[in-house]
Amino acid sequence: MSTLLPQLTAKDFASDQEVRWCPRCGDYSILAQMKKVLPELGIPREKFCFVSGIGCSSRFPYYMNCYGFHSIHGRAPAVATGVKLSNPELNVWVITGDGDALSIGGNHLMHAIRRNLDINIILFNNQIYGLTKGQYSPTSPRGSRTKSTPYGSLDNPLNPLSVVIGCEATFVARSVDVDTKHLAATLTRAAHHKGTSFVEVYQDCNVFNPGAFYYASKKGEKEDNIVYLEHGKPLIFGKEKDKGVRLNAHGRPEVVELNGGISEDDLLFHDENAEDPSLAFLLAQMRHPEFPEPMGVIRNVSRPVYDESVRNQVLAAKELHGDGDIEQLLNSGDTWVVESDQA
Amino acid sequence: MSVADLPLSPEDRHKESVDTVVIRFCGDSGDGMQLAGTQFTNVSAVFGNDVCTLPDFPAEIRAPAGTIAGVSGFQICFSSQEIHTPGDEVDTLVAMNPAALKSNIADLKRGGTLIVNEDAFEKSNLKKAGYESNPLDGDENLAAFRVHKVPMTRLTRDAVEGLGLSQTEADRCKNFFALGLVYWLYDRDSKPTLDWIEAKFGKKPKIAEANVRALTGGSNFGFSTEAFTVHYEVAPAKLAAGKYRKITGNEALAMGMAIAARLSNADLVFSGYPITPASDILHELSKLKHFGVSTFQAEDEIAAMSATCGAAFGGALAVTASSGPGICLKGEAMGLGMITELPMVIIDVQRGGPSTGLPTKTEQSDLLMAFFGRNGESPLPIIAPQTPGDCFWAIQEALRMAVEFMTPVILLSDGYIANGAEPWMVPEVADIQPIKVKYITDPNTDDGYWPYLRDERLVRPWARPGTPGLEHRIGGLEKRDGTGNVEYSPENHEHMSDTRARKVANIANFIPALEVDGADSGDLLVVSWGGTFGACRTAVRNAQQDGKRVSHVHLRYLNPFPRNLETLLKSFKKVLIPELNLGQLSIVIRSKYLVDARSYSKIQGKPFKVAEVYNKINEFLME
Repeated sequence: MSTLLPQLTAKDFASDQEVRWCPRCGDYSILAQMKKVLPELGIPREKFCFVSGIGCSSRFPYYMNCYGFHSIHGRAPAVATGVKLSNPELNVWVITGDGDALSIGGNHLMHAIRRNLDINIILFNNQIYGLTKGQYSPTSPRGSRTKSTPYGSLDNPLNPLSVVIGCEATFVARSVDVDTKHLAATLTRAAHHKGTSFVEVYQDCNVFNPGAFYYASKKGEKEDNIVYLEHGKPLIFGKEKDKGVRLNAHGRPEVVELNGGISEDDLLFHDENAEDPSLAFLLAQMRHPEFPEPMGVIRNVSRPVYDESVRNQVLAAKELHGDGDIEQLLNSGDTWVVESDQA
Repeated sequence: MSVADLPLSPEDRHKESVDTVVIRFCGDSGDGMQLAGTQFTNVSAVFGNDVCTLPDFPAEIRAPAGTIAGVSGFQICFSSQEIHTPGDEVDTLVAMNPAALKSNIADLKRGGTLIVNEDAFEKSNLKKAGYESNPLDGDENLAAFRVHKVPMTRLTRDAVEGLGLSQTEADRCKNFFALGLVYWLYDRDSKPTLDWIEAKFGKKPKIAEANVRALTGGSNFGFSTEAFTVHYEVAPAKLAAGKYRKITGNEALAMGMAIAARLSNADLVFSGYPITPASDILHELSKLKHFGVSTFQAEDEIAAMSATCGAAFGGALAVTASSGPGICLKGEAMGLGMITELPMVIIDVQRGGPSTGLPTKTEQSDLLMAFFGRNGESPLPIIAPQTPGDCFWAIQEALRMAVEFMTPVILLSDGYIANGAEPWMVPEVADIQPIKVKYITDPNTDDGYWPYLRDERLVRPWARPGTPGLEHRIGGLEKRDGTGNVEYSPENHEHMSDTRARKVANIANFIPALEVDGADSGDLLVVSWGGTFGACRTAVRNAQQDGKRVSHVHLRYLNPFPRNLETLLKSFKKVLIPELNLGQLSIVIRSKYLVDARSYSKIQGKPFKVAEVYNKINEFLME
């Protein structure tokens, strides 16, 4: 029997809740792209589940018309682990922010990734604590002057991509909130990956940290500051597509002009499937303004998936021992009988 | 004394019958005392005695050998009568080294039997134990006991000679030598232990043979040495007719969960993080996956609790287990489970606190944390099993309550019942009630699915994600009753706080009334809860036999309390609440019922002795 799924649209994924982000918040754009991407996946709406922690981005599940769990600060990956273990057919998305994922929830992020749980983690990075009104976050640049650091922050920021590549993430990508086509394509790729997909989205907090990523989002500027990755293609960027990245004699990346002596063949070619994470890490380390920052899928490899393995172990145990025999379990070990007095 | 001069023939010995015996094995953490104790428990249980045990081991895996800190002990009480505690005083103490002797001799009854491994009483061990001179050489302190100095190390080496074992391997068998000797002394059948050795070391025949020889060597030594002129028999106990097995509290919890999952046809997701004394629950349950159990060793306690919330949302029977320090960490996520009204069970195997405290010792000091240890108004039902075997029933009740009332439930076990063992009557499968797991399948209003539309008991429905038409969002923010939409209005928050509290309080109408041991009124009511059941019940019975007007109630349900508790409290002139904390239940009882309950507290990492509670009863009655 085959019932054709009704073709869903973005509208089907809009919940009846009023969206309460600040006007012009980057989150709106991400929400719009998500609603656009999900109907294309051919998965019934009831199979989607969004799990979030605490923060502006974590309100996301309320605005999606599917199953959702707005949990507690930093714990979304752990909650999602429970959801996936109890209900493995669900398509689970974790929505998180830089404070939620990398500060209070760093431990859970790390472990969800190393287990390779089949979930999609979308980290909205705005380099600031928005919901608590403007403290610096673990991704704020050193020296950030914020409400809690009037003299400038003193700690070095984390690079989200370096962190997750260090955790052996199997799918790592980056996009920008307002780069709608690229964002939609990146979310789609993440959805199709089996295992943990991690996507960092540069997201503008226009109230507490406006313009943090204009270099990567503004037309006329971004062309020189970001490089779109394509598997098997050289790293070329610039308004005129006249610049590239190549590896120098020491294996370090350098920006070169594509004219005269240097041709495309001399450039660094992207290989998202490289088993060795060195290239992915090298790309993650390319930061503005020294380098164009890579956008797109940085790493995409296949590893055993945790929730599937958990399920398989249960099935294997049933195969080996049969469905649990209650009688046998109750009587395991030594037993003895006390006769009644009459006996 | 040496083995060479052993003239006495076995016929010269005589056997004495005794009702109840308490034995304690103690030695270095590496001496295998827990194993010896477990084996003795097993053979005594299989023989038909009632047994009750108290393992007592250090927090360190291997504290420096020979030191007091490294002493590990295992106490067993076995009897031809029904018993409820591991015994107040020790009849026979087996001490494998000076440190063990020093730290345990105070508990040996005057006139009791002391068996020591005299080979271990050499200079460096004596020094480590803080002995100036060898206590075995004419120390008058030992004059009150029947002392048997046995060269166990040498005799064990002799017994295993020729097997090609290294000295370390040979010395590792001396716990079996000690065990064999005590088996002879108490007329135990060693077959269950021989079977165990075969099963455990079958693949290492040399080690198996060595342990068998050591065990037999110990028995033969007792049999043929004139020093042991008496040995004892303890007849089987007249327990209720039926089939029995030995069980510890942690085993019972794991078994209870697996069977609940199987009978209810629901998946059970257990998330935990290693912590003493709760880890065995995870160990046991991870072997039972074929019952439909998934186990998740999380990265930390918070993750284990968060995953439990996630699993409950996903539609599974969700359980996590920990001990005090872990429960502290879980607090915020327990609140999430509470406000989202999802069914789950949180097991707290209590240990000595605060902070890391006494990781391997028992205590009841997490009661107020279970009551109040979360932010906001967050009452949760609390159930406390009273014996190891009772854990089997308590966990199923906790799961049933969680699912029926859509709430997290706290199960308060403790180190004593978690590791302690007792004979447990194996239930008939038909006597185990399945837990009815019911998910809503269709929208419950014309306006679609409302996740917080309640029934007459204020219970909300449980929708399993994946069900078409029931898509909904829940979370930790305050929500409007019915729709579940986020809502911060003052009236709604008050209504919701009140509703959640009333839902939990209403459970009192669905739990059994308290049963009183003794008369319904009188001079003194002893109120206890959890693992102190045995000591309190026995002490009250002893006082009742003296003619005192004392009764006992033991609380299994701590929140809400059984409905008849108040009447009972007010039907006695005095109320005594013995607890292994500084009086936590008494604080709750006093404030809730305005009765002048007296707290009797002990906080030494050890269970109550019967005599302690008995003496306190008499003391209080005389005031």
